[in-house]
Amino acid sequence: MAADSGAAAKAAEGGADAPAAARTAAAARSLRLGAVLVVLVLAAALPLFVSGFRLFQFTQVLIYAIALLGLNLLTGYNGQFSLGHGAFYGIGAYTSAIMVDRWGIGYGWTIPTAGLVCLIVGFLFGRPALRLEGLYLALATFSLALAVPQILKYFEDWTGGSQGIVLSKPKAPLHLPLTEDQWLYFLTLAVTIVLFVLAANLLGGRTGRAIVAIRDNHIAAEAMGVNNALYKSVTFGVSAAYTGIAGALSAIVVAYVAPDSFDVFLSITLLTGIVIGGFGTIAGPIYGALFIQFVPNWAQDISKAAPWAIFGLFLIGFMYVMPRGIAGFLQLVWIRLTRRAVSRSSNST
Amino acid sequence: MSLLKRFTAGVLLASLAALAPAGAATAQTVVGVTATEIKIGHTNPYSGNASAYGTIGKTIAAYFKKVNDEGGVNGRKINFISYDDGYSPPKTVEMVRKLVEQDQVAFVFQTLGTPPNTAIQKYLNQQKVPQLFVATGATKWNDPKNFPWTMGYQPNYQTEGRVYAAYALSHVKDAKIGILYQNDDYGKDYLKGFEDGLGDAKKQIVMKQTYEVTDPTIDSQIVNLKNSGANVFFNITTPKFAAQAIKKAHEIGWKPLHFLNNVSSSLGTVLKPAGLDASRDLITALYMKEVTDPQWRNDKGFQDWVAFMKKYYPDGALDDQANGFGYNVAILMTQVLKQCGNDFSRENIMKQAASVKNFELPLLLPGIKVNTSPTDFAPIEQEQLAKFDGEKWALFGEVIEAVRK
Repeated sequence: MAADSGAAAKAAEGGADAPAAARTAAAARSLRLGAVLVVLVLAAALPLFVSGFRLFQFTQVLIYAIALLGLNLLTGYNGQFSLGHGAFYGIGAYTSAIMVDRWGIGYGWTIPTAGLVCLIVGFLFGRPALRLEGLYLALATFSLALAVPQILKYFEDWTGGSQGIVLSKPKAPLHLPLTEDQWLYFLTLAVTIVLFVLAANLLGGRTGRAIVAIRDNHIAAEAMGVNNALYKSVTFGVSAAYTGIAGALSAIVVAYVAPDSFDVFLSITLLTGIVIGGFGTIAGPIYGALFIQFVPNWAQDISKAAPWAIFGLFLIGFMYVMPRGIAGFLQLVWIRLTRRAVSRSSNST
Repeated sequence: MSLLKRFTAGVLLASLAALAPAGAATAQTVVGVTATEIKIGHTNPYSGNASAYGTIGKTIAAYFKKVNDEGGVNGRKINFISYDDGYSPPKTVEMVRKLVEQDQVAFVFQTLGTPPNTAIQKYLNQQKVPQLFVATGATKWNDPKNFPWTMGYQPNYQTEGRVYAAYALSHVKDAKIGILYQNDDYGKDYLKGFEDGLGDAKKQIVMKQTYEVTDPTIDSQIVNLKNSGANVFFNITTPKFAAQAIKKAHEIGWKPLHFLNNVSSSLGTVLKPAGLDASRDLITALYMKEVTDPQWRNDKGFQDWVAFMKKYYPDGALDDQANGFGYNVAILMTQVLKQCGNDFSRENIMKQAASVKNFELPLLLPGIKVNTSPTDFAPIEQEQLAKFDGEKWALFGEVIEAVRK
């Protein structure tokens, strides 16, 4: 939402002074590209600075970011609420674990497969869920989050019941001189980059506009020829696929799956992540992932007695200071800064 | 001059003597222990569904504070680092890796829950970090061959199930058995032990009912079990449900031979809410003194525990068995550290944990002792049957050596 309104505001200004606005847009775009490159370089260089358990934490941040991006596609961009994405995370994780442990398939193959399985499950779940709007859909997905841990226990022969499945951490292939943690970090980083680029492309084009149009006004979207039913269920499927891939990666990185890992709390944590990170933004999931990974730990460092009360305070504080999430806040700062810089440069010419 | 010479020689000798064992120890891995400190890592669910167990971690922390106040172990203070894992295995992995890699603890102790411990077992064994006295009743922790760095603590559920099966077979003619169990690994572990113990008599099970932890009540399961005509009832439930089951069975006038699993043997949290009269004639297997049982009121071990609680953990409930549990296991841990002498290499800590002989803990039943060996990583393996007489658990029969077959 933030991105669109920002662009709209810029376009409105453009009416007054078109060439200047074009220059502004071009400058902002190249600046933004530069920022993305800097972040990428930093991310790739991270293993030089941190190791072992810290790297494991950052790998988890990337995994959360993928899951949050999936949820943001659905909730932030398409306006469908889900309290059940922990379920898709779990399905993805178990798809990977069962393939590796029971069938001896290479873990690399399990990542796209988990995405595919969740795409299908999400699409099928999205079809009937179309009839449900807003809170009702939230409840329907919530039931999914409640059900999945128990269903996992039921198919004990496959899932190992509540004991779960223990996996081995994969070693780096081709004799690369990397530790297991480093290899898993780079693998996750690569998957993250691919999925973020895909999502940005999807949302930047026709499909993205249709998805957002449904959120903003589904009757108007329908009138413009957007097939609401199809777009909504496909969005649900793609969103589930993203979250499923994140789940598969988490199974590989943690090297263990159990129903206790995918309880309702996970679904709520994911929702917290996209709201804090920035609803309907591409970068939001990254900030949200950093938040849900590190803030609970800080809260625990501050107070052992009531870590969740501290976490709650953080949450309220963030929402108060940055009502549009971290991404929305940064965007605001960014627009202010670039506008000032551009107006200064146009004054000097 | 000669005095000075003798002095120098003495210093040299002393420093050699001091260096020798230290040198030998560094050949092995000493991590997390200095001349003044022993770092111990721990995770516990202080939040989330299983947060009722969080009090165990607090009791242990309080006990180590007591040890430190009294001078520590072999001149070293215990630094007990405890993190919340919310009973979520990925969080346990993260926190235990933090303990091992960042906090550099000597070993990990009393991590709680079967799934969280399963999640970290492989990692800790690969890193050769002791995972001592884990707080779970699953059967798999006594496996020194495959997991030489992992050790259990309490009697496991399967053995307990076998004890009840043996009793039922020898005391009830034409037993018709009904079972209610929680639908998870804990429930199934008990069930397996019980069925194994029944052997051929397994076909005498007339009904099995299950429930989920999230269910509000189990009344209908109890009615079904009564209607099945069962005269033996194995009640595999956690405290809240156990109280419901005992109460409901009493209300509808069902009087089977009623085995209540040890998990729910607390007077304070189960039998009193269910009604002491309704609880009459229940049978359970115990290894600890029930802290709410009046028969221990004048017992030395119990009184020591109360004094400890009042001084070091005044917020802790005196009717919560978990606080007694934490007290016992912290004392056992301290004993192992004492046995280590001056060699706190991870190898020696593991070796000492595996050589505890006939050690008594204040809140274990009289006659029950802690024993471990390099091939026996199950510290407590004895239990005794008890029948509720309307006021207290009346112990009967011998202490049973419930060794895993």
